[in-house]
Amino acid sequence: MKERIIFGFDPFVIPFTLGMVFIILYLITGTVRIIFHLSAQERKNLLKLVFSLKLFKTIKEIITDVLLHVKIFKKNLLLGYMHASIAFGWFMLIVIGHVEVLLYIPQRNGVLYYPIFFRYFVMETNQTLRGGFFFFLMDLFLLMVLSGIALAIYKRFKSRRLGMKKTTKHKPGDRIALTALWLIFPLRLLAESFTADISGGSFLTKSVNSIIQLFPSYDALITPIWWAYSISLGIFFFALPFSRYMHIPTEILLIFLRNAGIVSSSSRDGFAETEIYSCSSCGICIDVCPMISVKDKTKFTSVYLIRELRRRKEAALATSSQCLMCNKCVEACPVGIDSTRLKLLKKQEEFATNFFSYINLNNGQNIKEKTSVKEQIFDDKQVVPNKQVVTKDTNIANKETLLYYAGCMTHLTPAIYEALFKILNKASVNYSFMDKDGSICCGRPLILAGAAKHAKSLIEKNREIIKNSGASVLLLSCPICYKVFKEEYNLEGIKILHHSEYINELIKKGKIKIEKTTLNISYHDPCDLGRGSGIYEQPRELLSTVGTLVKPIEEREMSACCGGALASTKFSYEQRNEIVKCALTVLNVQKANVLVTSCPLCLKTFSPIYEKETMDIAQIVYKQMI
Amino acid sequence: MEFGFQLYKEQKVDLDIIDNSIFEKIADSQPDILKCIGCGCCTATCTGGKFTPTQFRKAILLLERGLNDNAFDLLKGCMLCGKCSLVCPRGINTRDIILKFNELYNQSKF
Repeated sequence: MKERIIFGFDPFVIPFTLGMVFIILYLITGTVRIIFHLSAQERKNLLKLVFSLKLFKTIKEIITDVLLHVKIFKKNLLLGYMHASIAFGWFMLIVIGHVEVLLYIPQRNGVLYYPIFFRYFVMETNQTLRGGFFFFLMDLFLLMVLSGIALAIYKRFKSRRLGMKKTTKHKPGDRIALTALWLIFPLRLLAESFTADISGGSFLTKSVNSIIQLFPSYDALITPIWWAYSISLGIFFFALPFSRYMHIPTEILLIFLRNAGIVSSSSRDGFAETEIYSCSSCGICIDVCPMISVKDKTKFTSVYLIRELRRRKEAALATSSQCLMCNKCVEACPVGIDSTRLKLLKKQEEFATNFFSYINLNNGQNIKEKTSVKEQIFDDKQVVPNKQVVTKDTNIANKETLLYYAGCMTHLTPAIYEALFKILNKASVNYSFMDKDGSICCGRPLILAGAAKHAKSLIEKNREIIKNSGASVLLLSCPICYKVFKEEYNLEGIKILHHSEYINELIKKGKIKIEKTTLNISYHDPCDLGRGSGIYEQPRELLSTVGTLVKPIEEREMSACCGGALASTKFSYEQRNEIVKCALTVLNVQKANVLVTSCPLCLKTFSPIYEKETMDIAQIVYKQMI
Repeated sequence: MEFGFQLYKEQKVDLDIIDNSIFEKIADSQPDILKCIGCGCCTATCTGGKFTPTQFRKAILLLERGLNDNAFDLLKGCMLCGKCSLVCPRGINTRDIILKFNELYNQSKF
């Protein structure tokens, strides 16, 4: 193998080289900007990661996620192959290209464009057999990429065949980059085939070359074809920062930052920017989103939100408030972008402050007792300090160890705590009811609306009451409360349990006995208990002692959202019902006699729509208790 | 004319001069507010209403009369738990109304 072109240069390499230089400079500035945005501690963590054993884990993740797309393979084989063949095939073409230069024309090593246009610049000598192996590999990987591109084109027309019901709508930048990407590889095949009789080739390029040879004066086309190949590469690189393909380089940085334990602290800059640019707009989040069952709501799914955030559109706030925050898209995302967190941060950043005030909670005043509402409003009387909102002496006795907090939603469905108390009595557990007369909210609805600052005062107050009670176990019925108590309250030394966990423990210990029924039970995983807190097994274990579990179409990490979610304030009653109906179909309720859930809000949303019986887990246990 | 009784000064609503633009803006973005029949289910179930003068039903009434400050006093104790929207017989999206009012009131006041 030796050089065919003496100076190793031809003008056609210019478009590619310009594009390559541009993208390298762009990536360097982008990375520096993002790292500059991180806090000192985060930068320290990142540095620590680079010099620790975790680096190998990070590299492994980069190979499985960025090159092989293992997560997409798990979703759909063809879809996985489509992504992996393009990514891995292209990567191997680049690597082998460099190896070839290193082996055969070492004096050109380091020339930016040389490995890409290797086959133009070299010619065969009698040593070709040595190169035959690499030629074969090059053709093999080119074929792999081409098959991936063919699948991608097929997916444009029949996305269902690749396991996707809906795909993303593209912006002009995406379309330009997409067209360039689709052209790169067929043009590469053509270009390499045109010179295959000079520079050598393998099964693919040689055979195409023999067809080309049939046409007279094909020689004249060699330079234009190589020009076209170079131009398509150049266009792709110039369009890259303005298209979804920016995810290719950004995802590597994302994996590094994530493994350094960094999470987003703003909805757009710093780590969030890495997340936003890592979104490949693949659209996997669209299919799993509960919003798509409502007409015209598809445009509010995570992929479109991320796009709005990326372009700093004002609409991002409205889109964030649409989301039900069931977290299904985060579970399904092959890149692992925490879009729910971005939405929450967006809401928080834009929340109009100075509205809600819970001063009376902290001062221990009870306005209502002393002054009537009318006097309050119209006479502007000064509020007289009165009784505490929740006094220690009313419901909480210090010696008790089990403290029960019902929360707003369970107060709306009192059957749940009534059943639960009967179970507790049967098991002779001493408990006290923290909010017997109603209480202040746990704070999660405010957090979800973006008013995290206001929620703090509620959290502080509740924390004080719980700490003062001296309880060692806090029992909850509502997963919404459960999540916030676990994540925001810092209740050291107090075990926080959801009643499905607690009842399961009681049964295991033999404190209560259950008579098994012949009922077929369909269990619905509430978002905040399942995806939010990782409790899947305990309720199932419990229910299998009560009856037979029916396997839903979608369950656990992919369980449907009931539609009642508090996070969204933009769904009307009718629209929520659409989601409930959709959720009922995936719960496989036709085969079940009873639908069981462990969230009062899910119970409240399902029961009016589902024609058979809907029950809370505590209710069904109480019913079957002997 | 003397009737032997009278209204609180603040409760008098002069229909010619009231400024209920905030109410109208809310109705533009969330027409649910017009559906209210004033049954009071929201107030009856309200978590905040147990200990503070939070009242959603009355707040809507006051907003319609342009008494924004008084409505604000009735809504500032809201904890957005959403029970009111679950019990509402008209299926009103109460929290969206409260948040929209929050936004508009903040723009006009703070």
